[in-house]
Amino acid sequence: MIEFNDICKSYRVARRDSGFGNAVRSLFKREYNTINAINHISFSISDGEMVGYIGPNGAGKSTTIKILSGILTPDSGTCVVNGQVPWKDRKEYVRQIGVVFGQRSQLWWDIPVMDSFELLQAIYSIPAPRYRNKLDELTQLLHLEEILKTPTRQLSLGQRMRCEIAASLLHEPKLLFLDEPTIGLDAVSKIAVRDFIKKMNEEHKTTVILTTHDMQDIEAITRRVILIGRGQKLMDGTLEDLRLEAESLESENEGSESDIDHIIASLYAKLNIM
Amino acid sequence: MRKYYGFFKLRFATGLQYRMASVTALTTQLIWGLMECLAYKAIAEASGGNLPMNYSSIVTYIWLKEAFLVLFNTWAADNDLFAMIANGNIAYELCRPVSIYSMWFSRTTGARIAEVIMRCIPVLLCAFLMPKAYRMTLPVNSSSFLLFLLTLFLALGITVTFCMIVYMLCFFTISPQGWRMVLTGAVEFLSGNIIPLPFFPKKYLFLVELSPFAYMQNVPFRIYSGDLAGREIYQCILKQIFWLVTLMLLGIAVWKRAEKRIIIQGG
Repeated sequence: MIEFNDICKSYRVARRDSGFGNAVRSLFKREYNTINAINHISFSISDGEMVGYIGPNGAGKSTTIKILSGILTPDSGTCVVNGQVPWKDRKEYVRQIGVVFGQRSQLWWDIPVMDSFELLQAIYSIPAPRYRNKLDELTQLLHLEEILKTPTRQLSLGQRMRCEIAASLLHEPKLLFLDEPTIGLDAVSKIAVRDFIKKMNEEHKTTVILTTHDMQDIEAITRRVILIGRGQKLMDGTLEDLRLEAESLESENEGSESDIDHIIASLYAKLNIM
Repeated sequence: MRKYYGFFKLRFATGLQYRMASVTALTTQLIWGLMECLAYKAIAEASGGNLPMNYSSIVTYIWLKEAFLVLFNTWAADNDLFAMIANGNIAYELCRPVSIYSMWFSRTTGARIAEVIMRCIPVLLCAFLMPKAYRMTLPVNSSSFLLFLLTLFLALGITVTFCMIVYMLCFFTISPQGWRMVLTGAVEFLSGNIIPLPFFPKKYLFLVELSPFAYMQNVPFRIYSGDLAGREIYQCILKQIFWLVTLMLLGIAVWKRAEKRIIIQGG
């Protein structure tokens, strides 16, 4: 279903030293650095799979998601999702995907959530009966009854995130990309979101790619984990593989911690990707 | 089509959410309009009526300008769109199965029409009830009123396609401020929003009329007040259509270039 092949993407970043003198100097002469956000990454994901995509901040996770959702055009490499190249015919392609960016909002700030949903219905041209059904299902699973009439600006983060996820699924996408969907949520909301994602996968065979820093998300949701760091793929396997890898790296270190966050942290440190 | 109507409806709802803003805006506009009338009255009296537009046309022009302000002002272009480009929320817009150009075009047009419906009625009502010297007049005849409506829509189209170019150019600079300041400042002056175009010196007027700016609010307002009449009207309509198409094609071309080099700011 997803073939991600040898993709590279770099950004150009203007940088300068601090201070007024340097600010003036940079008016005339800019120094640019090229940052390879992702560097020859390849993987393939089959239908109905749930994959955790992890790595430290700045590893290239979001860039990958943005390439997969057709927003960014990579510098080189090929990517085919369901027979389509994401960035080639963006308009057609995006009909089949749903995306949640945990740090951004797709809901209109000033108006009730319901109005935003109806706009999405119009944008995706969802027939009314299908929209009704889906909305009922999502309302029930994500407990939205109470909050659909509230303007977005007055929702708590947890409530908003539940609405964001619902908004991404109204058009019944086959693929769901979640970029840090549990960021900043409390325990109850996190569990609600995780259970919901699992249920979507079981019932609708939705393929899910999830990036997160919360290892419990990974433990709860995904079987397969792809670890990247500094733009390169470092591992692709189960969570158990990750654990073993960390232990082998850590063999010389006695009294290692068994908690998953520590395992990941030590793995990052050992692989020198922080 | 339905999706574009959706944007329109949504903006309308957003506009209705803030009632107080509409009330205060009305007050400002009335006072501003009255002040302008006073200024032109003083000029008219000092020059002994020897003005490039007659005084009652000017008064009507001023009130139309106030009533339809939100259709044509470019400085109040959709801030959400600029913010979206600057902070990276455009990411969501790009995962929708619609073209960004048509989505933003209908969104901007929708917002303007929705807002003007709420704003123009009270302003016009007050303008017709002003003391005689500052009162707005009815259109010269019914056909000029129809032509006024037609050119009003064309002028709105030109204004929005112009704003679209400004949005699209912001993809090439990190901050939208620069483009906005320069371009919207220029439009403000050149479209006759500060002083009506007939007051421009002939030499400069000729240059302005070569630009799209002369075909924004200038045309409908002057048709309404009878300052523009006869064959000149039809020439203006043709030029309006020309600019509408040209600016739209230009905007789409800029967008096509921007689309391939988009970066999403803010991680």
